[in-house]
Amino acid sequence: MTVVGHVFAEGNGNWTHLANTVLPGYVSNSLILMVGVGTLSTVLGVGTAWCVSTLAFPARKTLAWAQLLPLAVPSYILAYCYTDLLEFAGPVQTTIRTLFDLDPRHFGFPEIRSLGGAIVVLSLVLYPYTYLLTRAAFNNRSISALEAGRTLGCSTVAVFWRVALPLARPAILAGLALVLMETLADFGAVEYFGVATFTTGIFRTWFGLFDATAALQLSAVLLVFVVVLLALERYSRSQSRFHETSERVQNANLIPLTKGTRWLVCLLCALPVVLGFLIPALQLVWHASSRWAALFEPEFIGLVLNSVSLAATAALVILVPAALLVMAQRSQPNRLVQSAIRFSTSGYAIPGTVVALAVLIPFGAFDNAVDTAATRLFGVNTGLLLSGTLFTLIFAYSVRFLTAAFNTLESGLAQIKPSIEESAYTLGASKRRLLTAVYIPIMRGSVLTAILIVFVDTLKELPATLVLRPFNFNTLAVKTYELASDERLHEAALPALAIVAAGLIPVMLISKGIQRTERGVI
Amino acid sequence: MLSNIKRLSWLLGLSVVLTTVNAAEVNVYSARKEALIRPLLDTFSERTGITVNLLTGKSNALIQRMKAEGRNTPADLMITVDAGRLAFASSLGLFQPLESDTLASRIPASLRSPDNLWFGLSQRARIIVYHPDRVSLDELADYEDLADAAWAGRICARSSVNIYNQSLLASIIEYAGTDDATAWAKAVRENMARDPQGNDSAQIKAVAAGECDVALVNTYYLGGMLSNPELRDTAAAVRVHFPNQSNRGAHVNISGAGVTKYAKNVAEARQLLEFLVSDDAQAWYAQTNHEYPVVEGVPPSDLVASFGDFKRDALNVSRLGARNAEAVQAFDNAGWE
Repeated sequence: MTVVGHVFAEGNGNWTHLANTVLPGYVSNSLILMVGVGTLSTVLGVGTAWCVSTLAFPARKTLAWAQLLPLAVPSYILAYCYTDLLEFAGPVQTTIRTLFDLDPRHFGFPEIRSLGGAIVVLSLVLYPYTYLLTRAAFNNRSISALEAGRTLGCSTVAVFWRVALPLARPAILAGLALVLMETLADFGAVEYFGVATFTTGIFRTWFGLFDATAALQLSAVLLVFVVVLLALERYSRSQSRFHETSERVQNANLIPLTKGTRWLVCLLCALPVVLGFLIPALQLVWHASSRWAALFEPEFIGLVLNSVSLAATAALVILVPAALLVMAQRSQPNRLVQSAIRFSTSGYAIPGTVVALAVLIPFGAFDNAVDTAATRLFGVNTGLLLSGTLFTLIFAYSVRFLTAAFNTLESGLAQIKPSIEESAYTLGASKRRLLTAVYIPIMRGSVLTAILIVFVDTLKELPATLVLRPFNFNTLAVKTYELASDERLHEAALPALAIVAAGLIPVMLISKGIQRTERGVI
Repeated sequence: MLSNIKRLSWLLGLSVVLTTVNAAEVNVYSARKEALIRPLLDTFSERTGITVNLLTGKSNALIQRMKAEGRNTPADLMITVDAGRLAFASSLGLFQPLESDTLASRIPASLRSPDNLWFGLSQRARIIVYHPDRVSLDELADYEDLADAAWAGRICARSSVNIYNQSLLASIIEYAGTDDATAWAKAVRENMARDPQGNDSAQIKAVAAGECDVALVNTYYLGGMLSNPELRDTAAAVRVHFPNQSNRGAHVNISGAGVTKYAKNVAEARQLLEFLVSDDAQAWYAQTNHEYPVVEGVPPSDLVASFGDFKRDALNVSRLGARNAEAVQAFDNAGWE
């Protein structure tokens, strides 16, 4: 709202200046980034999901849950780690140069701090979203169709292109939309790599040109992207309705492979996990190795407690509006409800700092208005009621992460076909009985998933936390950022590792949940 | 019974008095990161009994937050790391003037606001580092020289999103005008060995590794790397050159602080500011972060002293803030992303 309000504000010369100089660059960089990350993470996510769902190869079960591990690594931490390893002065390039005695100036090692580097880093942390959704689609819906395809004599490859992909298309598109929204909102990694996207451009305009109006006008252009993405996501959902009639999951028969192919598939599926999780995690362990003692210092314990309790609170709080919206959509699927939902779930693609500032301004105005009124009426100073409290922070998280919770719950609820409700009613079930016997058991999994996704997202969130947190309150993400942005990666390793470790627990639980659906329990 | 009540109320009264005494506090918004400010604040609290509440963050975000909080902001003192940021905050009316003989006498006039709205607490020079094997100082005297075609493919620099580059260009605009400054930025951009990226340490590493021959960096980055066992060897490969010694002097910038317009604890904020320019605090800054003290007579760290003495640009740093927006536009026009 704050953003939209400023769009029509009186412009000054800066907007023309921006449009003439940097705006085309922001647009093209953002577009290239989105196309690149979208393509790469779809290939990784769908490819691995297909392999672990249908092919028999060594370590298949381990690799099936390990695909989620990169979710625990924030994009900025991956960016720090790979820069440290791969930059011109880093160990990899230095070793290659020394080994082959190469001239530094004419040695064309690809630059990690670049658009290409950003595409790879973001794809590695975001492909698990595509994987998660696509895998669920492969599990729940298409297995029997795939088997039918194979019985009819199609080759494995043909089944993939002709049956599996079309069936999973809605899930792939939903995953893609999520990935693209995260890409658009990313600040940490692109800023570190010096890639001028919309997101970094907004800050530069706001704080370099001191022009909030032009910055918010840029944000409005960004919102156009968001609307397109949301439309894409909606479209994929409307498509998915046609596929919900399939039968309960069958235990799939895996396709056997020749020996060489088995190991090749194993290697290919291991690669994104190694790059997106193992290498950075080992690097952090290595950097942190001389500093384990700090683990038991009160400062560090305080950081862990702050971060975990904040993330847990946010996850539980956000569940409420998400559940209400899902229920509203189910019971009153009218236009008003639809647009309310679209509005409240658009925050996912908006960068954390923009959300933070957009929250800051109305909250500050509200507090000051209340204070003025109270002083005038009762002679009491109320001061700042909301600004600078955890309330504001959690509100900002809600704006950012409501989408994630909503989508998860929505897909969970979609499993309950209207026919189930109808038959329950026909059998004389009361509303309460419907709730306890139908909704709660079926929804339990997706509620848990929603809580966990928001938990991990909050734990990793940086810009909004940095802007909105109260006095004397730091989190692991803030600490990591402060140290790493000072190039003190060795000291940043411990809090970074703690974020990854704390993010691992939910990832494990989610993968447990998937294994259960695999067995047909849902 | 009665005496019990009496005793109780006496205790209550005492505790009220005690809390009032203990309630002396000052709230600080700091763009200076926690590790580089908390120890000083703790020393201040120990000496004065004044509690210091700290909120760290990016300067721009802190400024926006303070603006949104308006007259109810809890912030009494705002510490930030660049004159441009201090000027930005002043332009939004976030500071109040503070008359203090201590501050006026200890901080040189060019390092504080002419209206006493903010005060420099430490200073850093933006200098040129070079690789001694590949650069002879005969070809390099001033910032202006970097625009020369002789430097094609030899320069590393960070992006213009960074305020340090913005302030440097602001000073060039101040002396040479916007057109010349834009032409300079364009030429330097064309001479770069790689696209602008990374922070100042990354520039030093690139020069050390041979990706480029010279880079623009702030002095304390080099100090920090030289005092870090893991980075010492890299940093030792480069040398410091202070530019413009035969004319205006090397560009300097400050970290600084101002008392907020709506501060509730002005006396405590003033006390803290005065403490931050005391010899002890200045020496701590110098040793810990390898910045130059603002107070004359307090020596820099040994490492920084080894860079040598140099002539500093005497331009009042408030001009850097005044020219900041022009500098950003000039970078845009020059294509220095």
